[in-house]
Amino acid sequence: MFNDKVIDHFMNPHNAGDMENPDAEGTIGSPVCGDIMQIFLKIEDNIIKDVKFKTFGCGSAIASSSVATDMIKGKSIEDALKITNKDVVDELGGLPSQKVHCSVLSEQAIKTAIYNYAKKHNLEFEGLKGFNPDYDPHEHHDE
Amino acid sequence: MKEVYLDYSATTPVKKEVLDAMLPFFINSYGNPSSLYKKGREAKAAISDARKKIADLIGASEREIIFTSSGTEADNWAVKGAAYGNSHKGNHIITTKIEHHALLHTCEFLADNGFEITYLDVDQYGMINLEDLKNAIKENTILVSIMLVNNEIGTIQPIKEIGKITRNHGILFHTDAVQALGNIEINVDDMNIDLLSISSHKIYGPKGIGALYINKKIKIPNFIHGGAQEYQKRAGTENVPGIVGFGKAAELAKENLAEHIEKLTHLRNYFVDTILEKIEEVTLNGHPQKRHPGNINMTFSYVEGETMLLYLDVQGISASSGSACSSSSFQASHVLKAIGIPLENALSSVRFTIGDFTTKEDLDYVIDTIVTIVNKYRKISPFYKEKKG
Ligand SMILES: Cc1ncc(COP(=O)(O)O)c(C=O)c1O
Ligand code: FES
Repeated sequence: MFNDKVIDHFMNPHNAGDMENPDAEGTIGSPVCGDIMQIFLKIEDNIIKDVKFKTFGCGSAIASSSVATDMIKGKSIEDALKITNKDVVDELGGLPSQKVHCSVLSEQAIKTAIYNYAKKHNLEFEGLKGFNPDYDPHEHHDE
Repeated sequence: MKEVYLDYSATTPVKKEVLDAMLPFFINSYGNPSSLYKKGREAKAAISDARKKIADLIGASEREIIFTSSGTEADNWAVKGAAYGNSHKGNHIITTKIEHHALLHTCEFLADNGFEITYLDVDQYGMINLEDLKNAIKENTILVSIMLVNNEIGTIQPIKEIGKITRNHGILFHTDAVQALGNIEINVDDMNIDLLSISSHKIYGPKGIGALYINKKIKIPNFIHGGAQEYQKRAGTENVPGIVGFGKAAELAKENLAEHIEKLTHLRNYFVDTILEKIEEVTLNGHPQKRHPGNINMTFSYVEGETMLLYLDVQGISASSGSACSSSSFQASHVLKAIGIPLENALSSVRFTIGDFTTKEDLDYVIDTIVTIVNKYRKISPFYKEKKG
């Protein structure tokens, strides 16, 4: 069902854990499955210097979090915003179709963290146009 | 790599003795049981022998056992049959929120076709309340269907008492005993049961064969129409090897029942106690005592069930999720929801079910693997941090 790369990132995720004093933080919940991803960024001169994530999700979500954080490390904010969940899936060498939604979590978490950063510093980014981190990760928990 | 199968409630391997009993009916005695020559008579005799063994396992008589293609068919037939056979008397059916989908989806179908369904609540252990049942019974109630043993959390319902209530009211009583068969004592007379569904592949028999027990005092209309097989109650040329295998599995289950229950209970308790001792913030779901001897359903807070299952799978361990993440839309297990488990915990629940081939060494390997998983993935869980402040 999963290729070796997915399994490897799942079993040994990169960039997993906490970060002290992050410059940006974003948490997002999947409306599909109720799973949650949290991302922390260290940003210097518009460059993502360091990134850490925490994910409560399935194996595909963890593997996606791992490669997505690898992908944005060292990139400019603009470039990080260009990453889509499809890029994440491609980087992983593919996910089963019913697990593609799990990669959306990574894209959204990155955007959410940058959105929060932009708000805090009164910045505007082209790549955030139309992005709205509107779902409360907990709201669907009541149903 | 080591392989450990801990999903006996999903299905079981076919026992060697069962397979050996089946083989001649593929290649030698392959006659149609309705044929009058020798090969046909051999097949017919084998069916009768298997029927007797299954009847013996549940305290029924031979004529009360009708073979079906599965436990699912038995559930469909029992409920739809009882509903349509009694629609002149009423249209109200009582069941529970924790039934298998074979039952729940059948009830949804009936609800779309003019029947009224009451789904009884269960308590935190998955037990129904007998007073709730009494209060739910109305003038137009025609059937009560309550499962004997739950497939997810293993809870055993007070079936005998339920049967007393339905008998007093003159209402039919069906129970889905698919998980109960071969795992707890069943006696249909003592338990006041009218209709009972069972399935072969949960008791070390082959897949695709089940049976419906129909108490000789009651009648329900046929579900599969055609030839005169199965006392003219269920048409279709019999699945002879399947029936023979089911019979052999039932015979073994009866012979070994006490030993089986004792062994499973012992291993189950060892597993649960060790996990609770080694890992914090773990809970056992279901009833502490009144449960299937091999069922372990546990919540490992902050670790997603699918993460756990995938890691276990990579390590050669088969278990199943307490929640079913289907292809497009996620739904937490309706059973865990019914016992009041919050969504996060429902998502963190895993079911391990132990069977006759499970060893203590297997469990030690699984326990060690679980400890590794929990330590590893709790560290990266946002909930863990959240809860720890
Ligand atoms: C409680 C219960 N009822 C019904 C069934 C369905 O039985 P079968 O697989 O024979 O259709 C199962 C098995 O999945 C079950 O656990
Ligand atoms: S199922 Fe929820 S993230 Fe994959």
